[in-house]
Amino acid sequence: MNFLIEAVQWLFSPERLEGSNPIPLRLEEHLFYTFFSVIVAALIAIPLGFYIGHTGKGRDFAVGLSGAARALPSFGLILLLVLLIGVTQVQLQLAAITAFVLLAIPSILAGAYAGIEAVDRRVIDAARAVGMTEWQILWKVEVPLGLPLLIGGLRAATLQVVATATLAAYVGLGGLGIYIFRGLPLQRYDEMLGSALLIAALALVLDGIFALIQQFAVPRGVSAGRAKDVRTSSTRRRAVAAKPAQERRG
Amino acid sequence: MIEFRAVTKRFPDGTVAVEDFNLVIPSRKITVFVGSSGSGKTTLLRMINRMVDPTDGDIEIDGDSIMSKEPVALRRSIGYVMQNSGLLPHFKVIDNVTTVPMLNGVPKKQAREQALELLDTVGLSRSIADRYPSQLSGGQQQRVGVARGLAANPNILLMDEPFGAVDPIVRAELQQETIRLQHELDKTIVFVTHDIDEAFLLGDQVVILEKGAKIAQVGSPNEIMAAPASDFVANFIGTDRGKRALTLKKTEAGTILVDSEGRGAGVLVGGSESA
Amino acid sequence: MTWIINNLDLIWGLTLEHIRLSIPPIVIGFLISIPLGWLAYRFKLTRGILLTLAGLLYTIPSLALFVILPPLLGISFLSELNITIALTLYAVAIMARSVADALASVDPAIRQSATAVGFGGWRRFWTVDFPLAGPVVLAGLRVAAVSTVSLVTVGILIGVQSLGYLFTNGFQRRILEEIFAGVVMTVIVALLIDRALVLLGRMLMPWTTVAKQKAPAPALEGAPA
Repeated sequence: MNFLIEAVQWLFSPERLEGSNPIPLRLEEHLFYTFFSVIVAALIAIPLGFYIGHTGKGRDFAVGLSGAARALPSFGLILLLVLLIGVTQVQLQLAAITAFVLLAIPSILAGAYAGIEAVDRRVIDAARAVGMTEWQILWKVEVPLGLPLLIGGLRAATLQVVATATLAAYVGLGGLGIYIFRGLPLQRYDEMLGSALLIAALALVLDGIFALIQQFAVPRGVSAGRAKDVRTSSTRRRAVAAKPAQERRG
Repeated sequence: MIEFRAVTKRFPDGTVAVEDFNLVIPSRKITVFVGSSGSGKTTLLRMINRMVDPTDGDIEIDGDSIMSKEPVALRRSIGYVMQNSGLLPHFKVIDNVTTVPMLNGVPKKQAREQALELLDTVGLSRSIADRYPSQLSGGQQQRVGVARGLAANPNILLMDEPFGAVDPIVRAELQQETIRLQHELDKTIVFVTHDIDEAFLLGDQVVILEKGAKIAQVGSPNEIMAAPASDFVANFIGTDRGKRALTLKKTEAGTILVDSEGRGAGVLVGGSESA
Repeated sequence: MTWIINNLDLIWGLTLEHIRLSIPPIVIGFLISIPLGWLAYRFKLTRGILLTLAGLLYTIPSLALFVILPPLLGISFLSELNITIALTLYAVAIMARSVADALASVDPAIRQSATAVGFGGWRRFWTVDFPLAGPVVLAGLRVAAVSTVSLVTVGILIGVQSLGYLFTNGFQRRILEEIFAGVVMTVIVALLIDRALVLLGRMLMPWTTVAKQKAPAPALEGAPA
């Protein structure tokens, strides 16, 4: 267990707060990349996902996109964009954030449209039959009922970016990955392991927060034990893209 | 009065659900569309509130074509009750009932007041107002569905196999309630079912449909039973067999009615034949 | 294009290496997932434990896992084994859940009728439950396979050769084409393996393709007006 103790010692050493690589600064960078990218991705993917989920148009495109995105190696994508766009530090950041946004979009898109698609068709039919407009059906019925899956998509996207942002240090963009890349050539195992534990902890904490939000996002009446009542399944395939949680990290 | 005039519905995939359909649905009566699946009965019902638009022909309500009306406004003016209640699972009972009045801009307080009265009307306790649909029994959910259908005080109530998913005892109860409500509230009810017994029980006017919404017979239950228009009708309502094909049989103890299998089905009362 | 044309041998060699690295985690992960998935499906207690563990494991970024695993397992940091184990763990994290979900998706009526006609527990599992769970299991396997192929590239950071070599080498030498070739080949390998799994699924589960020919007609007729 020596290595673990050394890693923890490294992590909690007072030196981590000073010098050119203080942990708070790197953590801040990491979180900035993560949240900024996820927010930008959400602004693009949520409206699109709602549109696809509500109208059913472009569904094949969305399924194909989230499938293909899973195959895309995130590390390669960052390096590609950095070489394409970046020279200055600002350009480098723009390149990396572009990559993060591209990687975050499929999960959020899948969560948004799968959430709406998973809503029982009969409920939507009833809402239409009593005279809700399409807009009211979307906001009063589909969005609240689809919210848990949408949050699930945001959760997957966030974890994806946290993981990929670790690789950003390779191109000199900071973030918590910097310690791993610095320790690697020097065989400084305490530093590598300590920071790896920190990165893992960050991911777990964010995941936990999202898990909580997701629980709160389940509408009350739905959590009140409905499952037994649902006889016929929805006519459209139920959330095939489903499990947005199953996206890969970088 | 609702009038179907030469209505045809062709779906994009080429199936013709309804062809040249003509019918007058009288006001303040229960009209029942009955037929097996594929008879187009639900399509006919959904045309009345423009959930489905006819490909050809016209539908008029009190002389005005519904095609000239805005679908959303039309739907809010017509009550709709469907199988499995169609309640919004994330709305409390009270919010489900007030959905349409609230959409119509009725003040919340007033809408709630009316909704609570409606719960009384459909025979529900006001104490369930703050529950979610998933916390109710199937029969209760269906009653809430009826209350929601009545909430905007529509003249017309469309009921699409509303009691298809509840057990026979509750169904019988709900059927009686429907009859009572119709007497009390004097609505024009259009009811869809595949159950001929339900149709005869509820219908002032029964419309028996064959495939493609072809009318096999229209009439009161008595008229239809007395004179089935075709073999199809006789077969469908079962007057040629089983428990509706009754014959008188004299036994030592007296005269009874027996079905086609020879099983006793009842006795004639008030007639001279009784022992 | 010149770089690509001049380095076809390198690309081809790395592609083969990439495939060689991708297969063990997928296969081993699949084999481990079946009993674990069954445990997660069968008992409430094991379900909670296994699925939580899988979820937590899956949350850990790959580079961090590559660093954390070796000291825990006493293996060398810069080794292929490290990558294989880490990626197997990810694959298990994905597939154990999908096996559990898949088994839960089997119609209980079918299961009961199989028992009623006299299938014993073990036989029933392999002849009834597992084949019927097949389509959902396959979906999980495909997700795991594709993400494994993509994750193999990260291994280059700890010295394990794969198509990921084209990323770091291309970046250091600032050859856009090289990175591009790496990305495209990784995607192609992922899609090929995915395709192969679909075909394998069709061969092993012929009934799924027959059933799919006609999608059920929508019960709710007509478009919204």
